[in-house]
Amino acid sequence: MQPAVPLVARVVDLVKNYYLEEVVVRALRGITIDFAVGDFVALMGPSGSGKSTLLNLLGCLDRPSSGQYFLGDQDVSTMDDDELSDIRSRYIGFIFQSYNLLAQYTVVENIEVPLLYQGCRLDERTRERCLSLAEMVGLGDRLDHRPMQLSGGQQQRVAIARALVNDPHVILADEPTGNLDSRTSDEIMQLLTQLNRAGKTIIMVTHENDIAAWARRIVRMRDGHVESDVRNDRSTDRPAPAAHAAGLTASANSLWGGDPYRQPLGNDRP
Amino acid sequence: MIPYLCLLLGFGLLWLVVPLAFSDKGRRSFVLALRSLWLHKLRSFLSVLGIIIGTGAVIILMGFGEGSMQDALEDIKRQGATNIMIRSVKASDESSTARQQRIAVYGLTWADYERMQTIPTVVRMVPMRILPLKVHHLERSVKGRVVATTADYAVVNKVQLAAGRFLSDEDDRYMANVAVLGAHVADRLFPFENALGKTVRLDKYFYLVVGVLADRMATSAVGGSSQTAEDFNDDVYIPMQTCRGRFGEKVVSRQSGSWNAEQVELSQVTLTITDMESVRPAGDVVKDLLERYHGTKADWAITIPLDRLEAAEREKERFVGLLFWIGFISLFVGGIGIMNIMLATVTERTREIGIRRALGAKRRDITMQFLIEAVVQTSLGGMVGLLVGMGVVFAGPWVSEHIFDMHRPAVLNVASIFYSVGVALLVGVAFGLYPAWRASRLDPIEALRHE
Repeated sequence: MQPAVPLVARVVDLVKNYYLEEVVVRALRGITIDFAVGDFVALMGPSGSGKSTLLNLLGCLDRPSSGQYFLGDQDVSTMDDDELSDIRSRYIGFIFQSYNLLAQYTVVENIEVPLLYQGCRLDERTRERCLSLAEMVGLGDRLDHRPMQLSGGQQQRVAIARALVNDPHVILADEPTGNLDSRTSDEIMQLLTQLNRAGKTIIMVTHENDIAAWARRIVRMRDGHVESDVRNDRSTDRPAPAAHAAGLTASANSLWGGDPYRQPLGNDRP
Repeated sequence: MIPYLCLLLGFGLLWLVVPLAFSDKGRRSFVLALRSLWLHKLRSFLSVLGIIIGTGAVIILMGFGEGSMQDALEDIKRQGATNIMIRSVKASDESSTARQQRIAVYGLTWADYERMQTIPTVVRMVPMRILPLKVHHLERSVKGRVVATTADYAVVNKVQLAAGRFLSDEDDRYMANVAVLGAHVADRLFPFENALGKTVRLDKYFYLVVGVLADRMATSAVGGSSQTAEDFNDDVYIPMQTCRGRFGEKVVSRQSGSWNAEQVELSQVTLTITDMESVRPAGDVVKDLLERYHGTKADWAITIPLDRLEAAEREKERFVGLLFWIGFISLFVGGIGIMNIMLATVTERTREIGIRRALGAKRRDITMQFLIEAVVQTSLGGMVGLLVGMGVVFAGPWVSEHIFDMHRPAVLNVASIFYSVGVALLVGVAFGLYPAWRASRLDPIEALRHE
């Protein structure tokens, strides 16, 4: 079956069991799901439904007990730890509920971290890129601040810039607005929507309906199964944030133009 | 062993530093390590205290060890490192023969002296006869040590004159009745006048004082050798031939009620050898000679200051070996401190590890980061210890000299610097490895969830 839209990630019959002493926790019980390029997916479900487990597997932080996971057209499910680390540093961007910035680093240094682990040399060009990303998320004037000196919303913006720095195939967000008030949440969601409009694939875990409403597709999970999978047309109705959407799209697209670090997914892996 | 260790450490360092200097990851880790050190100043200081003390102790002890070693060396050089001293010794089995012969005949003879003259590497020979005699001037008398010798004695023993001259070859040839006084003897016999030109009486003959020696520090008996301390200040020197003519070879003394007669031709012969390398072979030749002509009669003893030099060096080596273990133990303890703090750090920064892993850090990146942190700590600790140690080595001798009135020389030992700092580095690697490994084995998801 060849889908019409190219897929960024495809999960086939994914099973994940946790072994807690004698008890086996069956977190995922055979999930098959596709994620198309450019989609904005919200994963929902009560706690224990397996949404976080799925996100961790999609983020290559963990390996499935059985089943397959294709990122692009590579089977990631059989890779070893080092290879997974490499995949994470090149193709995946993470946004966490608690921002997870490194407290000892400044804003710019935090944004640089994924590049560091790609094995990039930090030079003028990467610096430039970090600066423009900081600019894009609206933190151009706080480059040398430490995370502790920033508000929650600002920290999450830094985290978003960090998730973008390696131009990932997919951005995985784990309740990105969970620690923010509703106004800041809206700002962050607008930012994510803009990124999605600019072509970024986003998979987001949330349990708030009004946050999920920003997504194009809502996947509900229960007990390790997909319960429902619907397109959310409301998101397309939402007026595009007029402010600097066009500029953002342009800058996000041009950021990696002709970039040597950028590798097409799938055909160059050893 | 230690030079090899240093070499090994050097390569180890290179292996660590080169990839570091050329990767941003490494440099970032290094900067981060410095930052977190600065953030936890007190904690870092306390955790590296063991390292500081360890390296400091090694530097200080090595410094003082080296200092006293050099002091001993100076002392030996004063005696003459190229000298060989052969002395007559009254053998213990002599008493029976003495009863038969009434006069105890022992010691070096002029025949021995002539035989030794045939050794090609001998530059100078100084015969000595030592007679314990009273020295008189008018009503004053001093118990001194009369040394009959030749002009070369002054050269060999580096004699310094306060006034007049030492004995000359002419004195010897013409059997002149002249004497050179040691500083104390001159002081006591002529307390308020110049001794030069006066006469002293030895036994029943009068001698003209032609020279007075400068006050001289006695050579000490270092390292438990057979060489006894020599106090030159009580000596009275007269020409060898004069002594032979005036006193003959027999010495009669009264000891605890009974008369005791001895016949000793030469009390001591000092040989000066061309260079240090030839001292030992020459010493062996002398031993062979004496063994052949004296047979089983052990009435002589040979002293080679160079041997003492080697004894001192051996002692130093033992000292260094001891220090090695002291340093090793204290640095080991310091290392445990580092390990402890690193394990705490890893627990404390579990979340950071999770974040880094999520952002693409491989296990070895995490290992490297914490290893670098440990090494930065220990090497900084090592450098602080080095500075402290150097401070003590430079200030210590002055303080002990001026405040405690003790002579405690210290010299900075260059090898100890490399040794201690190198070992501090090694300790960082050795004791940082396990915490770093633990950090790298953390599960990224668990680590991210960690509060």
